[in-house]
Amino acid sequence: MDANAQAAQKKKVSHAIMMIVLVAVFFLFIFPLILVIINVFKTKADITSNPLALIGAHGFTMENFPKAMEKMNFLVVFKNSLIVTVCATVLTLLVSSMAAFVIVRNNWKACNLLFSGMVASMVIPFQVLMIPLVSLYGGIFGVLNSRITLILMHVGFSASMATFMFHGAIRTNVPMELEEAAFIDGCTRWQTYWKIVFPLLKPTIATVAIIDAMAFWNDYLLPSLVLGRKELYTIPIATQVFYGTYSTDIGLVMAALLLAMLPILILYLFLQRYIVEGVTSGAVKG
Amino acid sequence: MKRNTMSYKVKQFLMFAGPATVLFFAVVILPFVYGLYLTFTSWDGISKTKPFVGLANYLAAFKDAAYWQALGRTFIYSAIAVILVNVVAFLLAYLVTSGIKGQNFFRAGFFVPNLIGGIVLGYVWKFVFNRALVSVGQALSIGALSTSWLATTNGAMLCLIIVSVWQYAGYMMLIYVAGFMSVPKSLMEAAQIDGCTKSQATWNVTVPLMRASFVQCLFLTITRCFMVYDVNLSLTKGEPFNSSVMAAMHVYNQAFTYKNYGTGQAEALILFVVCAIVGVTQVYIGKKGEVEA
Repeated sequence: MDANAQAAQKKKVSHAIMMIVLVAVFFLFIFPLILVIINVFKTKADITSNPLALIGAHGFTMENFPKAMEKMNFLVVFKNSLIVTVCATVLTLLVSSMAAFVIVRNNWKACNLLFSGMVASMVIPFQVLMIPLVSLYGGIFGVLNSRITLILMHVGFSASMATFMFHGAIRTNVPMELEEAAFIDGCTRWQTYWKIVFPLLKPTIATVAIIDAMAFWNDYLLPSLVLGRKELYTIPIATQVFYGTYSTDIGLVMAALLLAMLPILILYLFLQRYIVEGVTSGAVKG
Repeated sequence: MKRNTMSYKVKQFLMFAGPATVLFFAVVILPFVYGLYLTFTSWDGISKTKPFVGLANYLAAFKDAAYWQALGRTFIYSAIAVILVNVVAFLLAYLVTSGIKGQNFFRAGFFVPNLIGGIVLGYVWKFVFNRALVSVGQALSIGALSTSWLATTNGAMLCLIIVSVWQYAGYMMLIYVAGFMSVPKSLMEAAQIDGCTKSQATWNVTVPLMRASFVQCLFLTITRCFMVYDVNLSLTKGEPFNSSVMAAMHVYNQAFTYKNYGTGQAEALILFVVCAIVGVTQVYIGKKGEVEA
């Protein structure tokens, strides 16, 4: 056997070993989710007697789903999560890209102050702000229990990071010459922004949208502090409340958990490439 | 067009940055400053007055044994979880950049836990620990598995660490993958021509050039682990016997359950300062030795 063939052989073996390791770890990673999926279709007694069996002794059941949907008020809760996530994401994109534009293009004191404040604030964790937030907006202004408050708070919290990312994108990807040409052609700054700058920011818009939408969709702590009324609950809060009430009815719990995970998993099936890319570029830039 | 007048500047600034500025101040700056003020008052969350108490809250925080226990526990948990998350993430990144078949599929798969919120994750794993593992343990009569790990003090911590590794490894893997990709292939080849084996080349050439990825992953995992709340709430709820209450949960309970807003806020600030010191020190040390390709 010559050296090349030997090397090829060695590579094959190492690839086979790596493949086995990867498949094993992959199985560990999705095992909890598979467990939920197989147990959704079992009766409570079957889950208790053997949670690992593929099909329960009493056979296949579809009963858990409609019951959990009804008790969790899933359609309403889903609608709430959707409204909050979509509105907050769109607002964050608009508000922060606009702010980034004026910050990058003008060396004014207010711009520098705002930008350095935003960058510095990125290290402050939510847990430091939650108590004053509740006492200010709950105690003094009394604006909690409203979807609009939650949306605006989401925007306020994510504005720093988003502005920071748009700042980088405008500085490196939007040529000044284009804006000057637009100015000569008679565009106002406002028109220049919407017609020239904003369309050029598409990749960053996608990244920020993905990161923020996922964060808003999954957030628990802030919505749980803001939303006290049942009809405003988002999916994470509803899941938590549901678990508190029905934790013994394990079949229902399985169905509720699957329902809570399903929307984003389905979305991931279609947008997987964009989500992975967006999260990576967001993390590396941030 | 008068581009230098004050009114032009103010108009431009408000038109573009006005909404962001208002929201940012209302949600971040104002609460932060107001939070500082709260630490000097004893407010119960209901009454109209907030009596000024000076440094009493900080004293109470320093005397709060449960808080320091929670903080110590958070330290131990974070130290173990941060190391494990990064080791697992790095190894996975190494495997999925080695040119193996289906590497994009694996990358996408390992990221799945990150899509799901902490609350839901915690309940899913609670089922795994309380039911699935116990049923395996009983069927095969393995002593260590036949009772739920969540019912014991160390077990609950172990469970939290396992879930955190599972939750964050895929995300950090993506950052390490980006790091691996940023190192030019030619350097690896040059090292191999000079007689390095592939693992030697990885260790001596690629890893030092990926230092920025390490710094970033460590910073992200440290800050996230220190502030863990969602998974803590759904997986263990602090049980058994408050033995798995992490610092953030203690702060939450102090303020919203026991209604000691001032003390809670003081403890939150201390937690933030500790976390910031650890995170920033790590970044400082990490950046100091950065190598350029």
